[in-house]
Amino acid sequence: MMKFRFRRQGNDPQREKIKQDLFAFNKTVEHGFPNQPSALAYDPKLQLMAIGTKSGAIKVYGSPGVEFTGLHKDTATVTQMHFLHGQGRILSLLDDNTLHLWEIGQREQCSSLEEVCSFTIPCRTVIESTSATRVTVLLPKLNCDLLAVGTEGGGVHFLELPSLTLLDKSLFQDEIMQSVPDEYKCGKSLGPVESLQEHPQHPDKILIGYSRGLVVLWDLQTRHVDNLFLGKQQLESLVWERSGNSFVSSHSDGGYMVWSVSSSTPCTNEPVSSTITYGPFPCKAVNKILWRTAESGSPLVLFSGGMPRASYGDRHCLTILQDSQHVTLDFTSRVIDFFTVHCTDAHKFDDPSALVVLLEEELVVIDLQTAGWPTIPAPYLAPLHSSAITCSYHISNVPTKLWERVVSAGQQQGSLQTHTNWPICGGKNLAPDPKQQELMLTGHEDGTVRFWDASGVSLRPLYKLSTANIFQTDCDHNDSLTQAGEEEWPPFRKVGCFDPYSDDPRLGIQKICLCKYSGKLVVAGTAGQVIVLYLSDEKSDHMIDVATVDLLQDREGFTWKGHDRLPPKSGSVVFAPGFQPVVLVQCMPPAAVTAVTLHAEWNLIAFGTSHGFGLFDYHRRSPVLARCTLHPNDSLAMEGPLSRVKSLKKSLRQSFRRIRKSRVSGKKRVSSTLCEANAHLAEQDAEVTPVQRRIEPRSADDSLSGVVRCLCFADTFLRDGTHHGPTMWAGTNSGSVYAYALDVPSQEKFSEQSVEALLGKEIQLMHRAPVVSIAVLDGRGNPLPEPYEVSRDLAKAPDMQGSHSVLIASEEQFKVFMLPKVSAKTKFKLTAHEGCRVRKVALVNFSSVASEDYSENGLVCLTNLGDIHVFSIPALRPQVRYDCIRKEDISGIASCVFTKTGQGFYLISPSEYERFSLSARVITEPLCQVEFDRPHDSSETR
Amino acid sequence: MNKNHRVPSSRTLSAVEVKSKFGAEFRRFSLDRSKPGRFDEFYGLLQHVHRIPNVDLLVGYADIHGDLLPINNDDNYHKAISTAAPLLRLFLQRKEEAEYSAFGTNSLTRKKTPAALAAVLLRPDANRKKPPVIISLPKDFRPVSSIIDVDILPETHRRVRLYKHGQEKPLGFYIRDGSSVRVTPQGLEKVPGIFISRLVPGGLAESTGLLAVNDEVLEVNGIEVAGKSLDQVTDMMIANSHNLIITVKPANQRNNVVRNSNTSYYSYSAPGAVAMTPSHIIQNFRPEEVESDDDEEEDLVIETGGDMRLAPLSAAGATASYSMPSLPRYEPHLNLRHSNGAMATSSSVGSLSTNERGLERRNLEEDGTVITL
Repeated sequence: MMKFRFRRQGNDPQREKIKQDLFAFNKTVEHGFPNQPSALAYDPKLQLMAIGTKSGAIKVYGSPGVEFTGLHKDTATVTQMHFLHGQGRILSLLDDNTLHLWEIGQREQCSSLEEVCSFTIPCRTVIESTSATRVTVLLPKLNCDLLAVGTEGGGVHFLELPSLTLLDKSLFQDEIMQSVPDEYKCGKSLGPVESLQEHPQHPDKILIGYSRGLVVLWDLQTRHVDNLFLGKQQLESLVWERSGNSFVSSHSDGGYMVWSVSSSTPCTNEPVSSTITYGPFPCKAVNKILWRTAESGSPLVLFSGGMPRASYGDRHCLTILQDSQHVTLDFTSRVIDFFTVHCTDAHKFDDPSALVVLLEEELVVIDLQTAGWPTIPAPYLAPLHSSAITCSYHISNVPTKLWERVVSAGQQQGSLQTHTNWPICGGKNLAPDPKQQELMLTGHEDGTVRFWDASGVSLRPLYKLSTANIFQTDCDHNDSLTQAGEEEWPPFRKVGCFDPYSDDPRLGIQKICLCKYSGKLVVAGTAGQVIVLYLSDEKSDHMIDVATVDLLQDREGFTWKGHDRLPPKSGSVVFAPGFQPVVLVQCMPPAAVTAVTLHAEWNLIAFGTSHGFGLFDYHRRSPVLARCTLHPNDSLAMEGPLSRVKSLKKSLRQSFRRIRKSRVSGKKRVSSTLCEANAHLAEQDAEVTPVQRRIEPRSADDSLSGVVRCLCFADTFLRDGTHHGPTMWAGTNSGSVYAYALDVPSQEKFSEQSVEALLGKEIQLMHRAPVVSIAVLDGRGNPLPEPYEVSRDLAKAPDMQGSHSVLIASEEQFKVFMLPKVSAKTKFKLTAHEGCRVRKVALVNFSSVASEDYSENGLVCLTNLGDIHVFSIPALRPQVRYDCIRKEDISGIASCVFTKTGQGFYLISPSEYERFSLSARVITEPLCQVEFDRPHDSSETR
Repeated sequence: MNKNHRVPSSRTLSAVEVKSKFGAEFRRFSLDRSKPGRFDEFYGLLQHVHRIPNVDLLVGYADIHGDLLPINNDDNYHKAISTAAPLLRLFLQRKEEAEYSAFGTNSLTRKKTPAALAAVLLRPDANRKKPPVIISLPKDFRPVSSIIDVDILPETHRRVRLYKHGQEKPLGFYIRDGSSVRVTPQGLEKVPGIFISRLVPGGLAESTGLLAVNDEVLEVNGIEVAGKSLDQVTDMMIANSHNLIITVKPANQRNNVVRNSNTSYYSYSAPGAVAMTPSHIIQNFRPEEVESDDDEEEDLVIETGGDMRLAPLSAAGATASYSMPSLPRYEPHLNLRHSNGAMATSSSVGSLSTNERGLERRNLEEDGTVITL
């Protein structure tokens, strides 16, 4: 039999031990905002918040760094959640009508969430339809021994807690109906139970609200109706006033009523007051209302919905009312649920300190104690996708100087944000302080770059950079919704930052490169724009230097049919402290930039598109080089992205997605499934034959073969083995590599002398696979340090004595070539062996858990199958392999970034990064503890 | 050299009568059919009997179908000896004035007699009406496909090697998902498999006749495809497309190669298949040759001046340099490649016999030309 060609290392036990000390795969934490949240709960005693999602996940958050996750066995929507206050237990209701009890457990001094038991309400009789036992509301009693369950059939069942055993004292409508006056009955049923609320003073009494409008105060002990409130408007929700002397009901007509409770009048016909805030025209239902008393005066009324149907029926609003103060918070996505953080102890008043609103796409917290009700920035649950993420970039070991400047620039941006303490502060964060600062940069569709603190468990926003303001776009006028000119009623206030609508798709950020020592940043976008920015602590008002680089280089017979370039603003522009644009280079034709790199020490940037690449000296503001990489037969690249049917389909699909995202109202579900079906159709190819694949090697004139995939700068030996110097490398989609020797003048002569570039080598990989990455290794086989690291004594100088080598990673294989001869030294043919293709690669330094100073460099590779391979360099021997991402999750694979120390991030939804670790040493995971007093353990009672 | 003496003709049944013609001269001698010896010995013998020790010769013979076929290695020499019935007619030409067009494959359909062929050789100019199609030297023939490892594979399987060589002809086949039935300890079991779904007319795969629609693909270049997805197998095949070795279980099990017990390299010689697929040469390859990574085409490095060279494998001794004339019919960008292993061995072994050198050279040519600076 043919010898197996896979060159695995033998089972050398010593090597295996070293590998164990170096590599370990863990998915550690999810950053960002949970995708499709569906339920919210809060425990005022433990000060923990829980969010349930449509995929059945429960995420618990406390003070920053305290977070843990549980996942239901079935992928069903979590429709309701309740904490058993102070016990560290959570009850969840799924849309498959099952109840689940979760416990926060302590494992190795760190908390986690585990499911303990589950329960389904049994049908009462055979005739009764299953929908009758469908649970509508849950009420765990404050003393946590009893759970009241309201159903669609109008019955209320009682379960013992925490064992979830059904008690034989269910309350059905017929029992209530006996005490209801005949004229109210009209032979109609009361409808489903809409609300259950425990009396704030008498724990034995609960308020039961039925859909038809009837509200009953029921005594559990005596099984007797204390009071009847004959509401005539369809009920949405109920809330007690703290004293228990009155309660408030909200209704489907957009109004709310205040009812007074007194033992003298067992049957109340009319409420004390009834208000329709946004009347008199028909309004939408008030889905939920909260009534909070305040020491300072009149109570706060907070409710969601209730907007005038005709004029603002499509807005997602939450109203805060207190005396004459009235604010209508206007959100960009649907309100899922909200709660207030307020005093619950023996205090006389609620005195709410904060309002927490869970929206479909973000979490908004309002400070209710500060005048004007400003928002409090959340330390976690960052809405990463406030505009769709188009690229990500990670910087390890950020110097303190740069860190502080970015943080201070970010602080100056925050307007209408208070810096009061975060109101949800349960649990203790036990994770050690991060050893180094890490920055995550995300590029967005709207032309912004957001800077995130990725050092720890919670991804915190630091600074937001916008590049749109240097261009003239059609949408220059500010968002007019909140601007004057609009009538002042209702008093809308735009809150939150989720804004999925991009002004101009050309603004989208494609590539980012930051020099962490000099504070120079390059961002490149969809319309061929490459912007060089300097970090400045001062406000500035200046003109931007604009240069155009023609990447076609007089190639004839091509016409660009894609979008135009973005017209830069003429005149000076005011820039706030932070990263300020200095130079704008525009590639012609204005195709999306596919690769960018920066060498701040040499004042050079290199950029590439589907047509070629360019080199630009941003100090002298002069182009150094432009090279066309187009193949003469490549028409697709020339015509631009909008000309082909395939791309049209793609853009259609994208717009469908956008519509789907924006259609957040549940009522529109029909149309959204239609959209999905349409999108599905669009995705289907014209091919109807059974799935078959053509076996044909890549040819030189495949379309888009000229796309520049990677660029890199290196100080190495290109022309001969004795003189090293600056070089620039570019790799294309068709397996071509271009290496240029650069003549960079010394620091003092930057201004006088120009940079020269001379083509040194051109390598054509015979297998023609796209070149994914190029890196130069020094004489010891280590990657070259970054610019400034050597001159500022931040890194060991590279070995310039031994011969350098260049590592070229294509989609199919890795190869190390000796320099300057470019003779092949080692290679690994991944695709030929495994049938997978390389998607992302990175050079990573793995340090050992066993010894502080032992580390190895490795080549980390993510394939199209979603698995991660680590290879030794420069020997290219396979070390470990882990399954990481589902292979169907194409956007997850495309979004993956690796850090220099062996961690990585990828998008698990448009709004969440999964963080993982390949290193056995460098792991960022939540370590936290929640202390609570659980009276009896469920394991005993079960 | 003198192992094969002139033996009186018809002395034994095992003798092969040889009638060798060089120019206007004939020589007759005989060879032992059971002990034909090696080609280089035979070649020396021919030079000896014709008394032309320093003339480079092109040796041809008339086979049973009347085709004029070359003798230039052990294999076709043995073939010639074994098929001689009992007379073996040889036609010798000086290499420098050789008439290559006479060799060929279609002579069967042309129904040319050996005499007519001889006439062509004898009077090269007389019968020529139009300029003949120039085909390359026999030594330039390179294999297009082969069946390999017959001795180690089950008879129901076939391992096919396709040589793409950057030629214009497409590989020309498609694969699909499917299921096949396997015998397992638990009984018959349906397992997913990969099958050839389509052959492109005129493509390499079709022209070999060795692959057919619905053949199950079992291995690609020695790696089992079981458990791999269609896309994975596609990527593996494309990554190996320059030298693709597919092990299939043919859907049609009637044309299987019958294993010959005493030869480890079986020559695929089903006459029907030869007639069907006249345009390719069937050759045998040693397993180690298949295994070696050196079939890899090398990357092209263009230096500043625009000169080209291949990236030499430094491990194999970067000093090895071979100057081969470039073949003008090749586009350099597509076809430049060489065989490093062959290079390394041939440069390290100082004196090679003609035969071995011939083999080595052909190995090189299989992989194209080498340009060194």
